[in-house]
Amino acid sequence: MENIRNFSIIAHIDHGKSTLADRLIQLTGVSDARTFRDQILDTMDIERERGITIKSQAISLPYRARDGKDYVLNLIDTPGHVDFSYEVSRSLASCEGVLLLIDASQGVQAQTLANLYLAMEHDLEIIPVINKIDLPSADIEWVLGQIESELGLDPAHHLACSAKEGIGIGDILEAIVQRIPPPTGSPGASLAALIFDAQYDLFRGTLIHCRVFDGTVKSGDTIRFMFNDSVYRVEEVGRFLLTREKRAQLSAGEVGYIIAGVKTVSSVSIGDTITMDEKPCPKPLPGFREIKPVVFASIYPISSDDYEDLAEAVEKYKLNDAAFLYEKDSSIALGQGFRCGFLGLLHMDIVQERLEREYGLSIMLSVPSVRFRFTLKDGDVLTVDNPSHYPGPMAIEKAEEPYIRAAMMLPDRYLGSVMNLCIEKRGTNSNLRYLSPGRVELIYEMPLAEVIYDFYDRFKSMTQGYGSFDYDLIDYRQSDLVLLDILVNGEKVDALSQIVHRERARARGVHACDRLKEEIPRQMYKIAIQGAIGDEIVSRSTISAFRKDVTAKCYGGDITRKRKLLEKQKMGKKRMKMIGSVSIPQSAFLAVLKSDTDS
Amino acid sequence: MAEMPPAAGLYLHIPFCRSKCAYCDFYSMTDTSLIPRFVTALCNEINQYEEEFLEFDTIYLGGGTPSLLSLEEIESIMEAIWRAFTILPDAEITIEINPADRGRSELAELNDLGINRISIGVQSFDDRELLFMGRRHTAEQAAQTLEDAHGAGFVNIGLDLIYGLPDQTVRRWQSSLGEALRFDPSHLSCYELEIKPCTPLGRRLKRGDFASQNEDTQRDFFVRTSELLEEAGFVHYEVSNFARGMERASRHNQKYWDHTPYLGLGPSAHSFRGARRWWNHESLDDYLHALENGMLPKCGSETINRDELRMEALFLGLRTRKGIDMQQFKNRHGIDLMEIKGSELREWSRAGLIEIEGSHIRPTRSGMIVADALALF
Ligand SMILES: Nc1nc2c(ncn2[C@@H]2O[C@H](COP(=O)(O)OP(=O)(O)OP(=O)(O)O)[C@@H](O)[C@H]2O)c(=O)[nH]1
Ligand code: SF4
Ligand SMILES: [Mg+2]
Repeated sequence: MENIRNFSIIAHIDHGKSTLADRLIQLTGVSDARTFRDQILDTMDIERERGITIKSQAISLPYRARDGKDYVLNLIDTPGHVDFSYEVSRSLASCEGVLLLIDASQGVQAQTLANLYLAMEHDLEIIPVINKIDLPSADIEWVLGQIESELGLDPAHHLACSAKEGIGIGDILEAIVQRIPPPTGSPGASLAALIFDAQYDLFRGTLIHCRVFDGTVKSGDTIRFMFNDSVYRVEEVGRFLLTREKRAQLSAGEVGYIIAGVKTVSSVSIGDTITMDEKPCPKPLPGFREIKPVVFASIYPISSDDYEDLAEAVEKYKLNDAAFLYEKDSSIALGQGFRCGFLGLLHMDIVQERLEREYGLSIMLSVPSVRFRFTLKDGDVLTVDNPSHYPGPMAIEKAEEPYIRAAMMLPDRYLGSVMNLCIEKRGTNSNLRYLSPGRVELIYEMPLAEVIYDFYDRFKSMTQGYGSFDYDLIDYRQSDLVLLDILVNGEKVDALSQIVHRERARARGVHACDRLKEEIPRQMYKIAIQGAIGDEIVSRSTISAFRKDVTAKCYGGDITRKRKLLEKQKMGKKRMKMIGSVSIPQSAFLAVLKSDTDS
Repeated sequence: MAEMPPAAGLYLHIPFCRSKCAYCDFYSMTDTSLIPRFVTALCNEINQYEEEFLEFDTIYLGGGTPSLLSLEEIESIMEAIWRAFTILPDAEITIEINPADRGRSELAELNDLGINRISIGVQSFDDRELLFMGRRHTAEQAAQTLEDAHGAGFVNIGLDLIYGLPDQTVRRWQSSLGEALRFDPSHLSCYELEIKPCTPLGRRLKRGDFASQNEDTQRDFFVRTSELLEEAGFVHYEVSNFARGMERASRHNQKYWDHTPYLGLGPSAHSFRGARRWWNHESLDDYLHALENGMLPKCGSETINRDELRMEALFLGLRTRKGIDMQQFKNRHGIDLMEIKGSELREWSRAGLIEIEGSHIRPTRSGMIVADALALF
């Protein structure tokens, strides 16, 4: 155990975690020129396409240190985006130390701090590493100042590197060995292994990722999941290299996987402790903090026949994304589905895409919402994240909505337009400071609901990609909230309803009607779209019927061709959701949140 | 009531044209020297089906330009047909005639051969439009042919017109239509000009020489045509077809729309019976080659499954004023439309797209314009 080191690389998004992992993997010889590719730990297609890490990924690196001894370094690369912070916190539970990366030109950012706090909560050894020192705009002195003043760490203990150029990597490996303590625990004690991730494999059942804190586990052992006392026989254990590597056993201090023929998805719960059935450990390990989703939306299958498939898919998906919460839900317009909680809009987007890709489903998402709080006249307090549970104006004594503290960094030439945007979004208590000549940090307190609603897209296009945006939830504040309904041909589509601030309601209604008009294709007859607050219609638009849709000639030779064409169109229509007699494409539900400026 | 198996239709494709029209994507060729060989091959094909097919009560000589054949050639084809097949008395026998191909006496001789229905490819009564479409006759010649057809003793005279040309106004089209009515036709086919990319007009459109009509105007053309002809006493019995009373509707063409068996002979012709559809080689070369080597000139076939047949019945039925008899539909296709699509049907009925009468659904004029979309539900 003396020669094991468990550590994570943590940082703000894009500060170079996965790139540094690449260098460590290469320098320890785990990957050679033949197997290597950039950001090798970003294994999912969706991570590679978007260039961001979504899931934490563990890998064991063999390393002969300068002291001549051989070590096993268990590295976990973590995501930097705030929406995936749950991945980070779970990774940290398996570690004794972290490399805290800071981009030499961007300096300390919101997730640098947030992730530092997580590491401190876990009492981990923290090694600050300044990355991207090769950049012309790198300012090491300034970052060192921030390490001291903002992070409260001793700048004397920092390292500096360029993950991209491979500068300073050797020193990082040495620091890991020397400064991060080896794991404690005893291989002879009762087994206590923490499940920090899992994935479902069609052939082998659930693949459990765990960190062993005490004891030893090998194939043939009978293990017990402590949260529901279910018992399984271990088929295989091993650790993660670039692929899974089977091993004789996993013992205290090690990170690896267990396969135990677990076909019942609900047996495995992330954060649970695995122990031996014969000789259980006295009490489960602490597990993980509770997830607090901030964005909520419902998922429905496009075709109601696929509900059972969706139910199975979300259950399996949840294994591999512990931050995803769901419960049964049903919509009058869209039928049976699931109400889901997400850690943010990006998380929501990723969940939708992964469900579609990994499970071959066509799904539809309702308009996302934040969690509002209503104090009712009878004194009850109601939290509502689903507009269809809006209590009604007569019953409400006080309405509150979540506020965030938004931190934006941008070139000062965009300051004027961004400030106007923030004011439009009901931003208050602004704060401005210059980070360097020409670059400012702008702080605003804003309702989270406004941020969900087209803020980010507009911010990005306004700052032409040079701005960064982060937020923390701060508190709930009183607000005047109403329910905006959308009616399609007179029929209320509950999945399009939104809870909005009264002053914004009319504009939102107009916007929603306009966007839906663009998204819903012309159909056989006129479609009326209306926005309504209670009985009052606040906006409307009309989609005119298509004018003509029939071919002039249809004789002997035309019939087969025509049928094939119609069959194709029919398939296309199947990808739309029927509401009454109107087919609504998937895109319509999110379009009501998109601004006009992005196309 | 058990359904009587209806008599089949016989179609003969004559793949020759003197020159190609600018909008045409049919298979036809301008080298008329192959006509004699073709006629022999066609008679040969007729004979090969001798045993197999049922009775026919319609024959349709189409193309191409059947009027390019000599009287003798037409006669030999007709003889082969009479010899090989059972043709019911009162059969409807149609020939397509290009204006100016035939004089009055020749038309009379066609009538003597038993041909009792004539369909004249007038297309327009405006010479500029005829020129644009690459037709090789004038409006005056078309008028003459119409007079001749009457004179030759034809009662059942139809003519084809095309509307929706670029720059054409509904008004100008109405005057072409009015001109047509002066000849008292018993049948009118009015087709919207569809410009296919592979045609000379398609290439000109792509080059930007002109723009096609927008959807709104196309709809106006359609509606005006229907209104005008119905006022003049015609039944708008299919998307593009009008008859002076249903007894003057093309009996032959209706077989395509209600899944009655038909046999198509000649290059590219399609046949249908039961759940099978098959078709001949498009190219005259392949067609001749097969027949001259003792083979049928079939080049493809499909068996239409239940779902496909149902889909066809739906989109074909909704093209016609007769619409769909839901009871019959249920018997044939095993689906009760009212039961599974009742709410849509009622909605369409409210929107004025169809009429529901007892077990019948019929597209209205506005419904016919969107018949393809209606069939998609
Ligand atoms: N110039 C320079 N660029 C670097 C360096 N390290 C990383 N990058 C670049 O920074 C970008 C982000 O790198 P990643 O390694 O994906 O960053 P990350 O921290 O893993 O990002 P997330 O996982 O999405 O949080 C990539 O374009 C890298 O090529 C460096 O040392 N110098
Ligand atoms: S006459 Fe008929 S078949 Fe021949 S080219 Fe013209 S449109 Fe086509
Ligand atoms: Mg990464």
